[in-house]
Amino acid sequence: MSSIAETLFGFIGRKAGTALKGIHDASKIINDIFYWSVLSPLKGKPVRFRAGVYEMVKAGYNSVPIVAVISFFIGIILAFQSAYQLKRVGALIYVANLVGVSITRELGPIMTAIIFSGRSGSAFAAEIGSMKAAEEVDALVSMGINPVRFIVVPKLLALMVMLPALTVFSDFMGILGGFVLSVTVLEIHPMSYIQQTINALLVKDVMTGLVKALAFGVVITVVGAYQGFRVKGGAEEVGRRTTSAVVASIFLVIVFDLFFTALFYYFT
Amino acid sequence: MENAIEVAGLVTHYGEREILKNISFSIAGGMTTVILGGSGCGKSTLLKHLIGLLKPTGGHILFQGKDITVMDEDELNEVRRKMGILFQGSALLNSMTVLDNVALPMREHTKLKDSTIQIMVRMKLDLVGLSGFEGFYPSQLSGGMKKRAGLARALALDPEMLFFDEPSAGLDPVTAAGLDELIVKLKKVFKMTIVVVTHELPSVFTIADYVIMLDAGRVIFCGTLDGLKASDNPRIRMFLERQPEQESYSPDDYFRIIAGE
Repeated sequence: MSSIAETLFGFIGRKAGTALKGIHDASKIINDIFYWSVLSPLKGKPVRFRAGVYEMVKAGYNSVPIVAVISFFIGIILAFQSAYQLKRVGALIYVANLVGVSITRELGPIMTAIIFSGRSGSAFAAEIGSMKAAEEVDALVSMGINPVRFIVVPKLLALMVMLPALTVFSDFMGILGGFVLSVTVLEIHPMSYIQQTINALLVKDVMTGLVKALAFGVVITVVGAYQGFRVKGGAEEVGRRTTSAVVASIFLVIVFDLFFTALFYYFT
Repeated sequence: MENAIEVAGLVTHYGEREILKNISFSIAGGMTTVILGGSGCGKSTLLKHLIGLLKPTGGHILFQGKDITVMDEDELNEVRRKMGILFQGSALLNSMTVLDNVALPMREHTKLKDSTIQIMVRMKLDLVGLSGFEGFYPSQLSGGMKKRAGLARALALDPEMLFFDEPSAGLDPVTAAGLDELIVKLKKVFKMTIVVVTHELPSVFTIADYVIMLDAGRVIFCGTLDGLKASDNPRIRMFLERQPEQESYSPDDYFRIIAGE
């Protein structure tokens, strides 16, 4: 009897121990990132801006085509799906409202964030992980260079700028997709579609989307860095951590999306 | 000769397993000390403690009289500026050219003009025999060249102490001998204190002034090269004469082990 209890409590204890260590490691990374991106620049140790610009090009500029195509298609799909319902009540013009609001408030930020999770989140985890495996992180520490400041902060800066920027672009492309479908297949007059979209959209719709995008940028960077720094072994673990980074950041992006959507529903 | 590093009662664990078991020794300044030992005896772990990358479970490490095990990050960074480290895989940053790699410590820790830094980088590269490779990326270099570039980076801030983790690992004998020669030259020219962790006997005989031998987490020998050669400790003799480990259990024990009892 005692041996069953022992096994059970041993199991719970081990799981809890691992979970606690995970929380501890994650909070340490978040703490370090906050210190090196906010507090230390105030103390006169500047962020590496040039590296940040390089990361912006890699994470942001290079994902412009894929964001454009996906958002454009999402806009078309959304217009089709809403037309399917609205056509029956003869309110086809409201396709413009539906596309405009759902793209800016929801789909623009989330699609961009998911693309960034796949492109940048995985790249961050793989880059940091392989640096860890090749002792490059140790080398940085031994040269008196903080790896979080050197590697992570430029990436954070890049995503905090590029994710909102590409969200705006994604909003535009999505609405354009809806517009193209509406004026061709649904035969809505271009001017009335544009007028309807402008009437439907509020500044706060776009702004809440941008606030979300900023938060997603932080989440994706933190998850990528956390998984990357956890690598201890070799190449195989880098692969595993990269996968975890993508899965975890998509999951957390959706969790944060739920949180912000609920928040904005009640408070704006 | 003054001691550059003193280690007293160092104990470390990896999870539950005890790696270093109460180690004490000192490293003299201006000499080349080799930390020798078989695979898994804890010598790389020891090196990571000496450069402050790991915190021990117990004991003290005095670097020029100051205990690095109780220092915070800022104090440690001050100490690390006096150390240059060549890692086993050379640990160059793959996203940067050789020039940027070697310039990195200077750019981070000094306020020198970039033109000055470039000249200094060329001097360091010339010192290790890599002139003309400034624009290459680490992936375009051979193993021996990477080690030389890593050494140039370790020398960037003119350290007082140099640490080498398995300098000849993965190199052919000729390249390895070239690197050993470079270590000897550095000691002669710059009077640096050099600590080398290795298990390669030929390179020990070329470079060592003083040898510390580890076995299963304990120091089993501390002394000069001649003392090592004359030692009659069976573990040292096995190491020097390249004898395999004796089978330590009887056939009956063996059956018990494979039966999982």
